[in-house]
Amino acid sequence: MTPGTHPAHPKGNRLSMAVRVWVGGALLAATLALLSACGGPTRHATVLFWALGREGEVVQSLLPEFERANPGVRVQVQQIPFTAAHEKLLTAFVGGSTPDVAQLGNTWIPELVALGALEPLGTRVRASSLGPAEFFPGIWATNEIDGEPYGVPWYVDTRVLFYRSDLFAKASVTRPPRSWDEWRDTMRRVKALPGGDHYAMLMPTDEWAQPVVLALQAGAGLLRDGGRRADFKEPNFRRAFSFYVSLFAERLAPPLGLAQVANLYQQFADGYFASVITGPWNLEKFRLRLPPERQGDWATAPLAAMREADYPGVSLAGGSSIVIFRPSTKKDVAFRLVEFLADPKQQLAFYRLTGDLPARTAVWDDPALVGEPHLLAFREQLRHVTPMPRVPEWERIATAIAEATERVILGQQTEDQSLDQLQTEVDRMLEKRRFLLDRHPAGASP
Amino acid sequence: MSARADRVPGRARREGRAGLAFVAPALGLIVVFFVLPVVAGFLLASTDFDIYAIRDLATARFIGLANFAALLHDPVFWKALGNTFYFVLVGGPLSVAVSLGVAMILNARLVRFKGLFRTVYFAPVVTTMVAVATVWRFLYHPRFGVLNQLLGVVGIAPVNWLGDPHWAMPAIILMSVWKNFGYNMIIFVAGLQSIPGTLYEAARVDGAGPMQQLRHITLPSLRPMLVFVSIITMIGYFQLFTEPYVLTGGTGGPLNATLSLVMYMYKQGFRWWNIGFGATVALVLFLIILAGTLLQLRFQRERE
Repeated sequence: MTPGTHPAHPKGNRLSMAVRVWVGGALLAATLALLSACGGPTRHATVLFWALGREGEVVQSLLPEFERANPGVRVQVQQIPFTAAHEKLLTAFVGGSTPDVAQLGNTWIPELVALGALEPLGTRVRASSLGPAEFFPGIWATNEIDGEPYGVPWYVDTRVLFYRSDLFAKASVTRPPRSWDEWRDTMRRVKALPGGDHYAMLMPTDEWAQPVVLALQAGAGLLRDGGRRADFKEPNFRRAFSFYVSLFAERLAPPLGLAQVANLYQQFADGYFASVITGPWNLEKFRLRLPPERQGDWATAPLAAMREADYPGVSLAGGSSIVIFRPSTKKDVAFRLVEFLADPKQQLAFYRLTGDLPARTAVWDDPALVGEPHLLAFREQLRHVTPMPRVPEWERIATAIAEATERVILGQQTEDQSLDQLQTEVDRMLEKRRFLLDRHPAGASP
Repeated sequence: MSARADRVPGRARREGRAGLAFVAPALGLIVVFFVLPVVAGFLLASTDFDIYAIRDLATARFIGLANFAALLHDPVFWKALGNTFYFVLVGGPLSVAVSLGVAMILNARLVRFKGLFRTVYFAPVVTTMVAVATVWRFLYHPRFGVLNQLLGVVGIAPVNWLGDPHWAMPAIILMSVWKNFGYNMIIFVAGLQSIPGTLYEAARVDGAGPMQQLRHITLPSLRPMLVFVSIITMIGYFQLFTEPYVLTGGTGGPLNATLSLVMYMYKQGFRWWNIGFGATVALVLFLIILAGTLLQLRFQRERE
């Protein structure tokens, strides 16, 4: 097709030229408008921040102050639902579209470090005001893999005992239990109280937190040889396992899964169960959803230890950290945002907005926290928290532990059979890890 | 003559090329979004691709059929396979039978407000699974559930529907049948309406009772619908996922009693990041569904 054969062509050319000029002009105008809307065409950086669930919504009200203190920096928050976060982070990393900064549940850190997704923060942390001494030690430890920090704690959670103080008093229990024996005795007394079908404790059979906490209290290591092998047949783990399943055999706790507890608050208020091990997210819920006349009837306490001398017993080191992704090109600005969020003033503001417990220990001396009676147990418990084994396979192992307890609780296997199966399963899960570690004996952490 | 003979293949070729150009976008999409993933799935199934391999591809090992061997020795896989067959073999026929029964009732001449009932029975099909499951979770609640209260009226002790490994799968089947029968019912209603009334008239004149009419007129006339409905239902039921996922909070519990093959695949691939192993499960599921469909087709053809 030569131009000469089509007389219309030159005209078309002219037309398209006009269109091009027009589109170009419009684009230019739009760009200028955009630039001026951003506060002038001076150098500026936009930091992309992924935050999860409600925190993602609330944190936005803190950020204008950060942007004022850092002219030319904008923070763009993207809110990710908690349930979708894990998969979304993975796909984002594989697809090369990770944010600069993100909130991360601290048990996910080993997994993302194994992926090579996170920026090591050691150098930056040492040059800043954020040292391990500023945080609860057990919580800080969850952010370290082989001594290198990959995240800075933002807020913390752990689990304590929430109990019906009136029912405990009625059963002539004078104080929250301090040892396992005392705890079992307390539960028996509460169970023996008159009144219909009721239990001393709710421990959802499909949750791994309770059996794992008991195992840690008994001094079980869970894994051995640097996380190469399962360690579930040694006496400490076995003792915790037996104690846990015996609570169901004695009918002190109902054999229910989490999905079957229709309304925790109502059943707690009714006295269907007199205690539950749960976290700070339930403080506000208990205040809002228990009826007003029950508000004086509940209290919190640190967990019992195996032996009274070790009271309080250890609990989980949970919470969220702020991390920087390795592919980010704005790591310096990103770290300023991390420092800002970990600043005591912001931590206090965040506590007031969300009820999330501050990670900075200094904030706990503020009157707002000191004057809150239900927080005393958390303050005490947070000094006694232990991180989980920091291997990428952890979540899977934890689920296997819950399944192993469930098999015994529902009468499908004996303790020995169940522990044998658990040991075999977890050893198999760790096969790849063994292969990689033994291939690079000096290799840091895969 | 020779000139024309020359021209035709040339033109055909040109037309062929043009045709190819027209279907190229569609073909391209099929290759990118269907063929490549399937090939990748086959390849993945022969490796131990996992979380470590996402960081460093070199750590993925080619292990041939070892995934299949591991699968055969995995008690959880057999449990999931058993559960899936339980669901398909009990839930599938039950669902088709209920659809057919309701369709015949709706088609009966004496029934009034047919449009209303058709809409009501179809409503669960278009309702969001998550909302339905939330409501059913309350119906199944061991203490407050309506179902147990009804059983209590007739003097039956409460059943821990979703907590007892023996009752969890029947609970899932009951809900699935309720949720899905409306779709097949509509197809059967259409089929029933296309059966000429004269056939029934002739049968009645010959003295055929209702059961004989069902056996010799209704069912044979509905055969094409039955084939379609049973294959679609079977394929759909083999892919059981959402029902147990939502009812059991994503665990497939109690004691894996409601863990289906797809849930097992999802857990392996997307929760534990054992993508190679997950691909193996997917492949096995594919083979099972393929075999099931072929068997059913063969069976139907033999009967015809």
